Amino acid sequence: MTKLDAKIPEGPLTEKWTNYIDKQKLVNPANKRKLDIIVVGTGLAGASAAASFAELGYKVKAFCYQDSPRRAHSIAAQGGINAAKNYPNDGDNIYRLFYDTIKGGDYRAREANVYRLAQVSNNIIDQCVAQGVPFAREYGGLLDNRSFGGAQVSRTFYARGQTGQQLLLGAYSALARQIGKGNVKMYTRRDMLDLVLVDGRARGIITRNLVNGEIERHAAHTVVLATGGYGNVFFLSTNAMGSNVTPVWAAYKKGAFFSNPCFVQIHPTCIPVHGDFQSKLTLMSESLRNDGRIWVPKKLEDAEKIRKGQMKAKEIKEEDRDYYLERRYPAFGNLVPRDVASRAAKERCDAGYGVGTTGLAVYLDFSEAIGRLGKNVVEARYGNLFQMYEKIVDDNPYETPMMIYPAIHYTMGGLWVDYELMSNVNGLYVLGEANFSDHGANRLGASALMQGLADGYFVIPNTIANYLSDQIHVPRFTGNEPEFVQTAKEVQDRLDRLMNVKGNQSVDSIHKRLGHIMWDYVGMARTAEGLKKAISEIQTLRKEFWSDLKIPGNQNEYNPELEKAHRVADFLELGELMARDALIREESCGGHFREEYQTEGGEALRNDKDFMFVSAWEYKGEDQEPVLHKESLKYEFIEVKVRNYK
Amino acid sequence: MDLTLKIWRQANSQAKGKMVEYKVSNVSPDSSFFEMLDVLNQNLIEKGEDPVAFDHDCREGICGTCSLYINGRAHGPDSGITTCQLHMRKFKDGDTIYIEPWRAKPFPIIKDLIVNRGAFDEIIQAGGFVSVNTGGVPDANAIPIPKPDADLAMDAAACIGCGACVATCKNASAMLFVAAKVSQFAHLPQGKVEASIRVQRMVAKMDELGFGNCSNTYACEAECPKEISVSHIAKMNREFLFAKVAAQANEK
Repeated sequence: MTKLDAKIPEGPLTEKWTNYIDKQKLVNPANKRKLDIIVVGTGLAGASAAASFAELGYKVKAFCYQDSPRRAHSIAAQGGINAAKNYPNDGDNIYRLFYDTIKGGDYRAREANVYRLAQVSNNIIDQCVAQGVPFAREYGGLLDNRSFGGAQVSRTFYARGQTGQQLLLGAYSALARQIGKGNVKMYTRRDMLDLVLVDGRARGIITRNLVNGEIERHAAHTVVLATGGYGNVFFLSTNAMGSNVTPVWAAYKKGAFFSNPCFVQIHPTCIPVHGDFQSKLTLMSESLRNDGRIWVPKKLEDAEKIRKGQMKAKEIKEEDRDYYLERRYPAFGNLVPRDVASRAAKERCDAGYGVGTTGLAVYLDFSEAIGRLGKNVVEARYGNLFQMYEKIVDDNPYETPMMIYPAIHYTMGGLWVDYELMSNVNGLYVLGEANFSDHGANRLGASALMQGLADGYFVIPNTIANYLSDQIHVPRFTGNEPEFVQTAKEVQDRLDRLMNVKGNQSVDSIHKRLGHIMWDYVGMARTAEGLKKAISEIQTLRKEFWSDLKIPGNQNEYNPELEKAHRVADFLELGELMARDALIREESCGGHFREEYQTEGGEALRNDKDFMFVSAWEYKGEDQEPVLHKESLKYEFIEVKVRNYK
Repeated sequence: MDLTLKIWRQANSQAKGKMVEYKVSNVSPDSSFFEMLDVLNQNLIEKGEDPVAFDHDCREGICGTCSLYINGRAHGPDSGITTCQLHMRKFKDGDTIYIEPWRAKPFPIIKDLIVNRGAFDEIIQAGGFVSVNTGGVPDANAIPIPKPDADLAMDAAACIGCGACVATCKNASAMLFVAAKVSQFAHLPQGKVEASIRVQRMVAKMDELGFGNCSNTYACEAECPKEISVSHIAKMNREFLFAKVAAQANEK
């Protein structure tokens, strides 16, 4: 498949990135000023990229749907960021971080990309400290670390329970500095609704100004998408309400391949669903699994009494508790990777041992930690998380165990990119969660922040020069070229079509139904039969959407219902692609669990012979089946094993 | 729960606004304040009316997007939380709830309950950063920082930029917001290098944008969802004074 050339540099794994930098083409400072870059999204990847481009001298236009770039959803990441510093002297190094990430991803990520990620991880920590990010420190004044799932070392740097916030504010301040200098033009409250191609190259975007509804044309020499993940296809997720797939989906429809859409991360420690009115799910940081122990009652009758409110967690004796992660996975215990922990919770609840009124919850218990460390230490480590839990659930986790259940959290799939982070569309780059590249079938905790900042600060500023070096003679685009006018017209037509359905159902009511289909059939456990059903139900729902949708108000004003409608229209197409991808992947790996493919002990059963590839879907038009391309994965530097956390 | 809501409705920045009364019924006490508003909006959409526009995104108290003045208090009756973390169990069946936008001249209304807080971004652009470019920085552990200083910096850095401090201040002062950023960097060696120029630029921008003066009522601290202490304002005032004295000394 010549179309999918990952452009992996020559040489041994440890030298690929330096070899690349040795040979990459450069753009001199005078020419950088003549080159425009569009960056969509201002989370960790987008803000760090936009700031770094501007520091280098490029002219940057940055876009976000929020009212300020500081609000991108990276801000919600709690636990931490990984790096191979080995400050604790516990045997960590770049190779081990690389190895853990590849293994954690169940051998479905690209070796060279992941190794580079581990290599630049240390630079990220240095960079953030220099910016004034207040990481947690020891009394000696040096940086503190903690452990996260899927690792036996402590390599996670953190800033209380607000690591994402602090890292984002660091990147945001770097971006703000460049906005202040006039090197970045910032556009807030904008939805990117389409990508503009000129002679097959990405040259601009069409946006809608969310305040006044104006359709705008923005041109540049190259376009960088850093627009996050698509977890909101499930309606309920830990994503922000506005997180959406629209920019990525627009690129897909313009020819960019969509890779591994079925690889979705279901996070084991979220506050359980408690009612139909619920609008989102709240994550409780994975760091809680450092000291919290997960359990359910050993006896079915106890579980039943708890569900009926006739018994309390504390009344269950130690010997009647099933610490099922410690039982099943003694080597990693409560710190197994997220996919493993989530499935184990589902297994216990499906077998009737779940707690809470719905039976869809397990306990996360700190009583042992409080006894061992004292309440003060536990409070210092997790105080803000405990407070957050108490505000939502109205229950004190110092006294009664927390209740948790898995929820949609992160999407490993995304647009296909090569080693340079360029999609198969010339001049279109994709960073962070929006691309597919580093986490395989399952992402380890504290690695999303690492990837976002690695892509933005250290990878793309290098690789984009390789493309822009032969663009220095291309004059600036104005946005009035026929391709821009035509694409803007298509966007306008789509919005008109949405407004003119004039049916009876609100966007949310249809989105909720899509969410149910996705959770039931494309969620934690999938079957061929269920996935086929999902495809047909989504197709039916999509027809209903386009014939019975109701959007009040008009287009030329602030209209949140219209915003949501466009996003849900895209989710209704994406959901089907996810189900198709899950259907062709006849194996279980990472977050993708096909019930037909499991061991006798209920562990995921991978099929390396037939499925050691990255799927890459090509859009073929409305009502046409997409075409599957495959990039086969070759592991030259590590031995592929059965993932074992026992 | 059955509730009466009195909500500020304003079609756009130019239009004249007014309070409008709505009823919502069967609200679960376990739902969040926004989930209650979702129910109201769903009803309005079904009736073909324009739903109430309000800012919200993460719905877990960290992005700083949400606002709302509820019964005369920024982020509502509970303390230490944003509106999205407010739950209906804090209200009683039959209550009347007044819901208004942030009211401050530098935060013009866009629609209904949504205001433009771009002024905060402008203040950060004026100096709320450490001037380091990507790359070429020292090893992270080459800059030891005493833990108490790092903790104080983190206390200040917890600001989410929601604007509650401005909305609740009778002078619409942005002192707590600006002080939080100034103080974060003033407690860290990385920030010391340009401390003087930073505080001067940020304060000048704050004044230019029309934020009022601080008259030490501490309302901002009381309503801050992240409970940021006014002691950071004292720290900023000291930084500002030092900067001025240093500037005058240089002139001489």
